[in-house]
This record gives sequence, structure tokens and C-alpha cells, in this order.
Amino acid sequence: MSALPTTDTSSAAVTEQRRPRHLGRFLLPTYSWLVIAYLVFPIVVMIIYSFNRVISGLQLVSFAWNGFTFQWYRQWSNIPGLTSAFWLTLRLAIVSTLIATVLGTLLAIALVRYRPPKFRGKGAIEQILFLNIAAPEIVMGASLLGLFVTFNVARGFLTLVLAHVMFSIAYVTVTVRARLAGFDLSLEEASYDLGANPFSTFRLVTLPLIMPGVLAGALMAFALSIDDFVTSNFVSGSSVPFPVWVYGASRVGTPPQVFVFGTVIFTVGIVFAILSLGLSRKKN
Amino acid sequence: MDQPLPTDHPGSVKPTRRLTALRRRLPPYLLSLPAGLWLLLLFIVPLLIMVSITLKTCSPASGACVMTWNWGDLPHVVNLYRPQFITSLIFAAIATIIDLVISFPIAYWIAFYGGRKKNFFLIMLLVPFFVSFIIRTLVWEFILSNNGIVLTFLKHNHLAPSNFHILGTGLAVIAGLAYNYLPFTALPLYVALERIDRRVLNAAYDLYANRRVAFMRVILPLTVPGIFAAFLLTFIPAFGDYVNQEILGGTSNTMIGTVIQNLFLIDSDYAGGASLSVVLLIISLLGIWLYARLLGSRTIEEYL
Repeated sequence: MSALPTTDTSSAAVTEQRRPRHLGRFLLPTYSWLVIAYLVFPIVVMIIYSFNRVISGLQLVSFAWNGFTFQWYRQWSNIPGLTSAFWLTLRLAIVSTLIATVLGTLLAIALVRYRPPKFRGKGAIEQILFLNIAAPEIVMGASLLGLFVTFNVARGFLTLVLAHVMFSIAYVTVTVRARLAGFDLSLEEASYDLGANPFSTFRLVTLPLIMPGVLAGALMAFALSIDDFVTSNFVSGSSVPFPVWVYGASRVGTPPQVFVFGTVIFTVGIVFAILSLGLSRKKN
Repeated sequence: MDQPLPTDHPGSVKPTRRLTALRRRLPPYLLSLPAGLWLLLLFIVPLLIMVSITLKTCSPASGACVMTWNWGDLPHVVNLYRPQFITSLIFAAIATIIDLVISFPIAYWIAFYGGRKKNFFLIMLLVPFFVSFIIRTLVWEFILSNNGIVLTFLKHNHLAPSNFHILGTGLAVIAGLAYNYLPFTALPLYVALERIDRRVLNAAYDLYANRRVAFMRVILPLTVPGIFAAFLLTFIPAFGDYVNQEILGGTSNTMIGTVIQNLFLIDSDYAGGASLSVVLLIISLLGIWLYARLLGSRTIEEYL
């Protein structure tokens, strides 16, 4: 060993150092899988207990394991309130996803394409989007209730749609914009050069290219809508969505069917997520 | 929000040219109009109405309210509900710190070693979102209950005294908050780490930095905006959360969200609820303002 390492040995030493082997190969992966296990753990518990027999008179989920049964899957629709709450949530999610995806995508296109001299107020819109995402949900729910009470709007399906679109737009915009960032504008110019008008350019060139982003945004909006409790609880009135119903019931006792619905929603969601993952990978 | 279009065209401009100019200027405003209007009417206006309710003074006799710009109510309600504010602050802060500590290594691992499986791991981080927030919290109630999985295991192995319980304590609320908001911490951290230019890191190694030095002086400083964004996106929602407290905390350790919800939905005390909501809103705005002040407002929405 010389006092001053030659170029060769130094670069070798650096390469040796560059990849922290034990960290990258063993410690970090083990740790990360433990975190993932922690995230998945309650879901596994939910799925297992959706198959749990009930031995007491009241058909409520119990902490003890009483044996395996398909009963709750066969009787999934036995609780009228729960079933109608679920269908309401589904309708609500579909309507609000459609609206939020269209509005959010248009806004994302505006934010990616145009800058302040041509688009004044861009910064303000971005601040509002961040505030919308960061604000505590209870503040948004409470202030919406204040709005509906002030203007005497009856609470129900309509107010739920208004609220759900409101809290979904920002997420859709952010998701679509992230995918739009690498968009090649020359493709649109080529379309114009070939004589297409703005509308058919959008339909035939832009939309197909940003479709994976739009789908991801729609998935996000759908998930947010199905999941929402706090805002819905403020603006639902007589139309009770699934999470609000479950919360109300859980204060007395949770029927096992709740876990059945939870398991089914989870499975469908995961399948969609994996499908969209596969889709975006194929596109790339 | 949308600005009115400047109308400074000289009168001599031909109508067709004016139309083309207008057509060229309109698109960004037209594209953002529907979403902007929706957010204005259903997000900004309601917040302003709530602030105005707080600043009005109502006469108890007639019930009529007059705008008096009375900010004095805010310190008053903060004082009135000080224990609940302090509980929320402590619970949310502890949960956020736990989340930052838990998620930094995994975000680091996915960003630097995720390779082709990056998207798969990101979905795994988001997996809790595929189960309803309420059901997730209910399952934790289930898991942490006295004859649930965790306590049965601990007591069976004599790792906890037989009268030890978690449910109904602050510990359960913090555990629930930490679980429910973990993805909100992990994703901004991932975005920040992913964005670090690998050439900068290699330059540090070329300049004989060892791994620890490279981490402390390159990776960590470059991640600071992401850590702050993660902190905001976790702390603010956790601070206003009441579901975890109501399901896991029982009647003890009431958080401020519970108070707001009860004032609005049970007591129909809209004025009281509005004042507390305005305080929450001010806290959120302070956090966002601080971020913009310290780290530049341009970067804030990059972590969403």
C-alpha cells in the first residue's frame, strides 16, 4: 500500500464502497418486508375473521375464533341497511369519479401546459390544491355542512356527490399531472401539421397518450370516495354511505357481513391496482 | 383563481384577429374553469363562510348575527378546549414521528434498491387504502382488545402483566393514527429520495465521502423538503382526526376533532364548532406557510 492510492485502486475502493452491501442486501429488505407485513396484518385479520363462525345469539363479530364458515358470504345481503349503504356508496363513487376525473384531468392539462404569463393564477390554484389535500378533513366536512345549512340545501345524495368531487379533484389533478410531465408536445404539433383540429388531436393523440395517468387518477378518486367517512358523515343526511353505516353499527356491535364487504372491496381494489400496473408497464 | 382576460385591444384591431388572440389566450382558463369553480364554490367559499360565522357576534335574544370582526372568540375557544388541543397535539406529533422513523428506511430502500419492482412496493405501501378507513380502525380495535391477538400473545408469554390493557388508552389511539397515516408519510419521503440525482451521490463518493458522510451531507439535506412535506401531510390530518380516538380511545383522552364533530352533529352548536374548525384551519395554513417560507412554495406540490 502506498500512501497515495493510484487512480486504479482508488476507483476500485470507491466502487466497493458505493454499494452498501449488507444494508442493501439484507438489513433493509428484511426491515421493509416487516413494514409491509405490518401494513398487511390488519387486512389479513379482517379476511380471516370474515370466515369466523358466531356461536352467541347475536350475529356480531366476536374476538374468539369459533371455526371456519362460509355463512357470512352466503348471507352477505341479510342486513338491509348494510346492503343499501353499500349500493349507495358504489353509485356515489361512480358518479363522483366520473366528474372528478374529467375536471381534474382538464385542470392538470392546463397546469402542465401553461405558465404564468399565459396562465395567471396558476400559483394560486396550486396552493389551493395543496391546501385541499393537506387540510384536516373534519374542517372541510364541517364547513360544507355550514354551507348547506346556510343555503338550506337538503342533505342527501346530491350533497355527497358535491363533496366527494370536491375532495377528489386535487388528487386526480396531481396524479394526472405527474404522468403528463414527460409528455412530448411535438406529437401534437405533428397532428396539427397533418391537418387535425384541436378536438380530434385531443381525442386521437393526447388522450390515448395520457390514458394511463387518467386511469390512475380515476382509481384514486374511486378509492377516496369509497373510503371516505369524515366528510360523508357531515353531509350525508338521510342517505347513509357504507363507511357511515359501518361506523354507526360498530358502536353497538359489528355484524360479520361488514368484514365480508371489506374483503370483497379489498380484493376488487387489489385486482384493479395490479391490472393498471400491468397496463402501464405494457405501455412503457 | 381565474383572472378576467385583459381587454386592452385597441379598437382598430379587426374582429377576426381579436378572436384569434382571444382563442389563443383562453385555453388555460377554459381548461381550469370547471375544476376551479367547483373548488371555489365547495372548498373556498365554505371555509370563508365558516370564518365569517366565527367573526360574527350574535345576540342571544333575537338570534340575529352581525359581522363584528370579532377575533376574540378564537383565543377563548382555544383556552376552553385546551386539554383537547394538547392531547391532539401530543398524539399527532408522536404518531407522525413514529411514521417518519418507520417509513424513512423503507422509502429509502424502494427508491435506491427497488429496481423494477418499485411499483409493486409502492402498491404494498398503499395496501391499507384498499380497506375502508373505518374497517381498518375497527380491525385494530379487534386486534388490540383485551382478548385480541396482541394482548393474548403478550400475556401468554408473560411479556405483559395480566391486567395490562391497550384499548381505551392513548397508546391505542397513537397506534391507530400511526397505522392509518403511514402511507401519507412514506410516499412523500419516497418521492424526495427518488428524485435525488445519482450523479451528485456518485460525486460525493468520488470525493472520498464514506457512506455515512454521503448520507448525512448529501442524501439527508436533499430530503429535507420531502421530510417536511411528509410531516405536514401526516401531522395535519392526524391532528384533526377523531375516528381513531372514538373507536380506539374510548371516552378518555378526547381529541379536538371529537369536540368539533360533537358540536356540529350532536349539539348543533355551529358557532362553537366553526370557531374550533377555524383554529384547525389556521394551524394547517401556518404549517403550509412555514413550508413555503423556509423551502420555497414552488416545491410544495411536488410531493403530493
